[in-house]
Amino acid sequence: MSTLLSVRDLRVTFPITRAGDMPWTAPRPLRAVNGVSFDLEPGQTLGVVGESGCGKSTMARGLINMVPATGQVLWEGKTDLIPLSPRAMKPYRAQIQMIFQDPLASLNPRMTVGRIIAEPLLTHRPDLSAEDRRKRVDAMMERVGLLPQMINRYPHEFSGGQCQRIGIARALVVEPKLLICDEPVSALDVSIQAQVVDLLKELQRDLGLAMIFIAHDLSVVKNISHDVMVLYLGRVMEKAPRRTLYADPQHPYTQALLSAVPVPDPVIERAKGIIPLDGDMPSPMAPPSGCVFRTRCPRAQADCAQIVPSVQGGDHVVACLHPGPVQEAETV
Amino acid sequence: MALLEIDNLSVTFDGEDGPVHAVNDLSLSIDRGQTLGIVGESGSGKSQTAFAVMGLLAPNGRTSGSVRFDGQEILGIGHKGMNQLRARRIAMIFQDPMTSLNPYMRISDQMAEVLTLHKGMSKRDAVAESVRMLDAVRIPAASERIRLYPHEFSGGMRQRVMIAMSLLCRPDLLIADEPTTALDVTVQAQIMELLNDLQREFGMATVLITHDLGVVAGFCERVVVMYGGRVMEKAPVDPLFAQPTHPYTRGLLGAVPRVDDEDAIMTAIPGNPPNMAGAPEGCPFRPRCAYAALDCSVMPPLVSFDGDRARACHRPIAEVAA
Repeated sequence: MSTLLSVRDLRVTFPITRAGDMPWTAPRPLRAVNGVSFDLEPGQTLGVVGESGCGKSTMARGLINMVPATGQVLWEGKTDLIPLSPRAMKPYRAQIQMIFQDPLASLNPRMTVGRIIAEPLLTHRPDLSAEDRRKRVDAMMERVGLLPQMINRYPHEFSGGQCQRIGIARALVVEPKLLICDEPVSALDVSIQAQVVDLLKELQRDLGLAMIFIAHDLSVVKNISHDVMVLYLGRVMEKAPRRTLYADPQHPYTQALLSAVPVPDPVIERAKGIIPLDGDMPSPMAPPSGCVFRTRCPRAQADCAQIVPSVQGGDHVVACLHPGPVQEAETV
Repeated sequence: MALLEIDNLSVTFDGEDGPVHAVNDLSLSIDRGQTLGIVGESGSGKSQTAFAVMGLLAPNGRTSGSVRFDGQEILGIGHKGMNQLRARRIAMIFQDPMTSLNPYMRISDQMAEVLTLHKGMSKRDAVAESVRMLDAVRIPAASERIRLYPHEFSGGMRQRVMIAMSLLCRPDLLIADEPTTALDVTVQAQIMELLNDLQREFGMATVLITHDLGVVAGFCERVVVMYGGRVMEKAPVDPLFAQPTHPYTRGLLGAVPRVDDEDAIMTAIPGNPPNMAGAPEGCPFRPRCAYAALDCSVMPPLVSFDGDRARACHRPIAEVAA
């Protein structure tokens, strides 16, 4: 099968005018996403992880022209989505759908569940009769585990997990090929998270969906992804098949992230070493020279300030001048 | 004598559609210098328990039972009585450090206020002490940064400020309500390590309220698992994780995604979180429990076993743990 989505050197830059700037002062660039490349095959999931402010959500928005981006986003090997006008983009919007973090906030409180789920059909399939539409909505609700008799209820009558199911139904009713999930489970309780992750995996298996799964929680991403990409300050730090990334991470940032995740086992949790990252992420307005991670990197050396590490590589991409397994001295 | 002893605490809110029982019949105790985790999901009553102890319930909240701090009954002693204890003996930190700091006040003023009010210190001494405490929570250049406003700090730094502020009067008991939930994992690791160090250094008893079993595993000596306003299971941390005896604890542990285990799968708990406004009779976990039977319509009592463990379930341990 051909590659569904082929992204090359995606960049999203926001012009920032600061308070006190003169009207003629040129705005300064904030590079939120800086040269991201990946391929996504049908039926596969790419997990995207990173701390807040790393550009993971902006990247998703750049992919679907919700923020102005540069680079190339090749859809099914044929069309580059970046230069498309909103009108030309419309047919692709039906094929790329999105679900969001806050399930209640992303649903219109004044619409019934039935109308919420039917709305994408009104936009993308105006040819359908009301009856056909209703049938599809019913089938979709059942598919995501909502009772059809709930169709006339309003979002506030549902729990967070159920609202996320409504969001999933709304996204899938137009039969997309790609589902972008932006932190879909981070607002949910642990016992409900697993339900939604299971549902997404099942839908992927049955419908052959490709997914981009954005999350800050590395353990959730591990459960659902085929490939995982780690972002820091808008740049790719490491990208690898899931098993490789979790078992054999090479980038010090990936290693630090993994070591920081608490493990629900007191014996392991007390004994494990953590790679401490001091301080906070630098401002994306003034990223460090060379490798953007070097200011917090336990392995940083003089050359890290001069050379921007390349993100070339095959399956396992590591953007680091000194990659390798965790060294004893780095953990505490 | 335990430092904090809660007996049969119930918290009820008068709602428009009748009373909502947020906490039912909760008993727990914590000794000086101990760390206790209260684990639960939304609606479990874990935060309302803390608010009841601190006397911070919403105006329509009613309490019954008993909360004794250092031998003194503190439930319903009113704001005047509580103000003698708050900050000085019991301090609390909250989930969102941005909304718990006053955005209009410099950090120096907010922190010094605690000491001038509770300890009667002069402003100058209070600020000096505040700088020392900011140093203790490892805020770089504390003497300069104390003059900043809350928005000038990052989330992790703000939580450090909150922790420093709560420790100013060297309280005997610190209640931390989801202190790291709003933070990134790397920052969470920093804050938990800091809390760990400070807890040892100052020797205060700490109640950590959280939904994250991983955080509990690393920090707490004892754990209380709550669901739907009731205690499901109580145990020291090691046996609780090694051999959970309540269906909810087992379910919760199975549902947590793990980063360390290649083949671990998440097993969802079916059903929806408890709706506290229309809670069913009997065990609140009954609608989602794989072991539920007819007798579960009566709430099982919390029965002690193995010395320091307790569980509230009608099913025998052997059946659940099998």
